[in-house]
Amino acid sequence: MQTKSRNFYLFPYTFWIALFVLAPLGLVLFYSFTDLNGEFTLGNYGAFFTSTYLQLTLSSFWYAFLIAIFSLLVAYPTALLLTKTKHKQLWLLLIIVPSWINLLLKVYAFLGIFGTYGPVNALLEVAGIGPQQLLFTDFSFVLVSVYIFIPFMILPIFNALDKLNPSIVDASRDLGASSWTTFRHVIFPLTIDGVRAGCQLVFIPSLSLFMITRLIAGNQVTTLGTAIEQHFLVTQNWGMGATIAVFLIIAMVIIMFLTGKRGMTNGKKA
Amino acid sequence: MSDNTIIQFDQVTKKFDDAIVLDSVSFKIERGKFYTLLGPSGCGKTTILRLIAGFTEPSSGSIYFDGKVINDVPANKRQVNTVFQDYALFPHLNVFENVAFGLKIKKMKKAVIGEKVKEALKFVNLEGYENREINEMSGGQRQRVAIARAIVNEPEVILLDEPLSALDLKLRTEMQYELRELQQRLGITFIFVTHDQEEALAMSDEIFVLNHGIIQQSGTPTDIYDEPINRFVADFIGESNITAGVMIEDYKVSFAGKEFICVDRGLNSNEPIEIVIRPEDLAITVRDEGKLRVRVDSQLFRGVHYEICCYDEFENEWLVHSTKKATVGEEIGLTFDSEAIHVMRFNESEEEFDKRLEAYVEKDHAN
Repeated sequence: MQTKSRNFYLFPYTFWIALFVLAPLGLVLFYSFTDLNGEFTLGNYGAFFTSTYLQLTLSSFWYAFLIAIFSLLVAYPTALLLTKTKHKQLWLLLIIVPSWINLLLKVYAFLGIFGTYGPVNALLEVAGIGPQQLLFTDFSFVLVSVYIFIPFMILPIFNALDKLNPSIVDASRDLGASSWTTFRHVIFPLTIDGVRAGCQLVFIPSLSLFMITRLIAGNQVTTLGTAIEQHFLVTQNWGMGATIAVFLIIAMVIIMFLTGKRGMTNGKKA
Repeated sequence: MSDNTIIQFDQVTKKFDDAIVLDSVSFKIERGKFYTLLGPSGCGKTTILRLIAGFTEPSSGSIYFDGKVINDVPANKRQVNTVFQDYALFPHLNVFENVAFGLKIKKMKKAVIGEKVKEALKFVNLEGYENREINEMSGGQRQRVAIARAIVNEPEVILLDEPLSALDLKLRTEMQYELRELQQRLGITFIFVTHDQEEALAMSDEIFVLNHGIIQQSGTPTDIYDEPINRFVADFIGESNITAGVMIEDYKVSFAGKEFICVDRGLNSNEPIEIVIRPEDLAITVRDEGKLRVRVDSQLFRGVHYEICCYDEFENEWLVHSTKKATVGEEIGLTFDSEAIHVMRFNESEEEFDKRLEAYVEKDHAN
């Protein structure tokens, strides 16, 4: 009787997972083995290992890497500063608030800001540099992506820093360590889990970005995400699009595995 | 300033926002002694430790170390090491790396570090534990690692912030002996913070009793136990019977409705005072032979002695520690020596108090 009612509560969740996670994954896998006419083929997988798609994969990883690194460089000092402020929860909230606004709206805002007649170019003109092409460059693509992803990097790092026992930092200073040595040998190694979680939260979604890529970078940046979008919406080659998606999923699983708790051993060397 | 002074506080005040944590505190710490800062939580004892360590700065006043003002010297440049209340060991490093942390920062040679760490671990009876992880160690072992991590740097002063409070009673008593012995072997200054008066009495050369950010009394354990300066100290250190009384004239005091001979003098006649009698100084006798007549209210067996709670006719409570058993509800007599009566004046400063006590001693010698 007990177990039966428990199974009953499990039903909505199982139903949801089956319909919206497992079934789509099965469909993606199924479509990846079909050609344009719906016949079974392995050609899509063959095509993926040509230089065009490998190049796309490489560039996806490269941009995701850049986005994650720059997010980390901004987020870590910010999180460190936040934990030292008096009203840290308030400041944290102010940083998180923008992430509640629709992604598309924020990206459109940047179209205005970076546009030919936007405030940035106006400023550059005043400064005597003259207007620059800002939109549709890989620079602005990385910048906007970093802006979008920063809260996801700050949160886990902030939590890790906030949990850090302050007397451990005192102990390090007490034993003669300068601020920098304390950071390098004590604070950073003890918050590496937060850094790892943040990188995961930023890197993995960055791999499959396509909306920011399209709107901000135009066709200057092509990644696996834009390739999937092209295949499904423009060339209607669902088979190829699905194949790329399969590889993207495999890549994500591998990254999750690598950056998961198993990676603890490198935190120990410091 | 004598050559032996290593740390001196001169009118040090510490405020957090508007709350005064330390109120113009002055004292001297001599080399090679075991000091204890004793007081209830929030009395400012940990703040004094953090000021010495350099984790916080005084709002006003000066802190001297070896004759030099160190108010602005950062923690990592001070010749002191701390044993923290929660040990604050580095969880990502093993025992060896924890102890070697300070030495590595001084850029010592690897062989020297290995030697020193081994020696320090031997000092705290942790030989062979070098490669253990911190989370594999018990509370008492972590405690020892924390001590080894401090002494390996050969500091002039070691600060200990309630380091025994997390241990169970048996281990705590054991560590008290070990710490005291360690301090004597090393010959360096220990400044120990605790709220446990027994710990303070057992281990210290000198105790500072603190309350509300003020040093109430300082002295050797026996001085403080035998001659508490005021009600707070008498109550905080050991158990005591405190009763209001009047100093009638020199050597004559009245309390509990009677007059008694005492050894105190030099007070104003008919000055209201408080008297302290320690429970172990009271002895039970038959009803009519005692100096006080009391009714036994309750009795507890404490192992070493009976703790007997009595009331006199004015409803003053008298606590007696006696190896003799009493009967609850019975009327008994209490007797005591005139030396057992300790007179405390209201609002007496430590300086005046010391002067008064010294005068007694001189008088005794003159006799």
